[in-house]
Amino acid sequence: MAATNVIEVTGLRKTYGKLVAVDDVSFEVREGEIFGLIGPNGAGKTTSMECVEGIRKIDGGAVSVLALDPWKDSQELQDRIGVQLQQAQLQKRIKVWEAVDLWASLYPSTVDGDRLLEQLGLDDKRDAWFMTLSGGQKQRLFIALALIHDPDLVFLDELTTGLDPQARHAIWDLVRDIKTRGKTVFLTTHLMEEAERLCDRVAVIEHGRIIAMDTPAALVREHCPERAAIFQADGEVDAAVFERIPGIASVDSGDSGFTLKGRGDDFVSEVIHAISESSIRVRDFRTETPSLEDVFLKLTGHSIRD
Amino acid sequence: MLRGLFKLTWVELKIFLREPMGAIGTIGVPVLMFVVLGRIFQKRAELSADVTTFVAVFLPIFATILIALSNVLSLTAIISIYREHGILKRLKATPLRAQTILITHVIVKLLLTVATLFLLVLAGKTFYTAEVQAHPLSFAAAMLLSMLSILSIGFVIASIVPTARFAQPVGSVILYPMLAFSGLFFPLDALPEPVQVAANLLPLTHAVGLLQGIWTGGAWSDHLWQVAALVANFVVCTVLAGKIFRWE
Repeated sequence: MAATNVIEVTGLRKTYGKLVAVDDVSFEVREGEIFGLIGPNGAGKTTSMECVEGIRKIDGGAVSVLALDPWKDSQELQDRIGVQLQQAQLQKRIKVWEAVDLWASLYPSTVDGDRLLEQLGLDDKRDAWFMTLSGGQKQRLFIALALIHDPDLVFLDELTTGLDPQARHAIWDLVRDIKTRGKTVFLTTHLMEEAERLCDRVAVIEHGRIIAMDTPAALVREHCPERAAIFQADGEVDAAVFERIPGIASVDSGDSGFTLKGRGDDFVSEVIHAISESSIRVRDFRTETPSLEDVFLKLTGHSIRD
Repeated sequence: MLRGLFKLTWVELKIFLREPMGAIGTIGVPVLMFVVLGRIFQKRAELSADVTTFVAVFLPIFATILIALSNVLSLTAIISIYREHGILKRLKATPLRAQTILITHVIVKLLLTVATLFLLVLAGKTFYTAEVQAHPLSFAAAMLLSMLSILSIGFVIASIVPTARFAQPVGSVILYPMLAFSGLFFPLDALPEPVQVAANLLPLTHAVGLLQGIWTGGAWSDHLWQVAALVANFVVCTVLAGKIFRWE
């Protein structure tokens, strides 16, 4: 299936004076998917996204969004994309319904604002001033403003940064809803868990360059194929039993029990098979599967929060 | 072309009036000052002709200019706060244009000014006995022109000051010297010639000249030069602001 590309970025370059914020970045976002640009703070995520949104002028390369030039056709593009910006605010004393009403007046065609607020769980905050909203409510309002004109493409920049886990999960559900409505979502995040749970495909960006791009599962499989099985066994167990498991890489036995590491999708089943064949009594069996976090560590040599 | 202008203006007006000092500061204080000063000098006017001139000529012009300057400072403060807090950037990511935002705030300022002036006229009717020679509409036109021209200086400042903390001092440093040399407090003829030339380059000087002239019953034809200067200043500042406007 050849999905249409809604965003095509080729060799994007953006500098601020001498600082090269984004260097030779290329990626495409396909229709109907959730695409994530992931990387640490200052890696160039927001700059790249704002170049695609037409808020920033690019210094090199080519960007095409919905077959438009974001900078030259900015006005036309703004009618068709919905945007949530990192660290944006509204007027302190604007009421929720006023903001939605104002945004609705800016676009030629819109959806029902009251229904949108209801869907986002903001209906009881209609008359509240922006400054009185919690972080999660503010972000939900920004999602409402991004969706008011029923755009084909939605940009979400660090949507859940600074939110508590509960609010974060609620927002994730909303993002999945956006996708269900048939829209394409382009988001940035420095939270690997967020990328893993939401994104169909991700691009890892570091120091203004893209260093890997694929589905989260494929990235994990390619860069961190190791799995681990960790358990405690009753009585004396001969570690040699585990050495024969296909794909085994290492066997560690310590006070806390065994840690077996190996590769391959079948590795965990093979471990279970070996345990039952040798009639070993096992307690506290758990597995460790690498995440995007580990992929990032592997690719850059440092954790994303460093 | 100016999508959202009406709605944004209405919202901004409501937001402004929700500010704790919004209505009181912009409308209440000038009216109160006007009434109090008027009362004080009214009593003394019976004793001296100078004071009569002061009340009849100086005070109305002074009030107008002060309102204009406070509008400039308020405009620059609002726009710089919007810039600092990313509100402008959020608005840029919509079909809204920079001009619409500036025009919105000008309309809000003018509406508030009209409200203030209306109250001032009411207060003047009640507390003043001094004769007014100007035709109200004629003076209103002079006021509108002066106000727009002075506000356009605010466009330029508002287009570039990065944060609200900068806006106030920058505004004051530019505006108060202009006020000092506007000819409002002492006649420009008394100044050395280079200073006179410099003063004539300042829009405020022409605003004061025009307002004083129209207020004391002068004809517009005597003030064409000042009208031209104010219009030119407005055009130059507005175009310049459009060119240098920064969203963040």
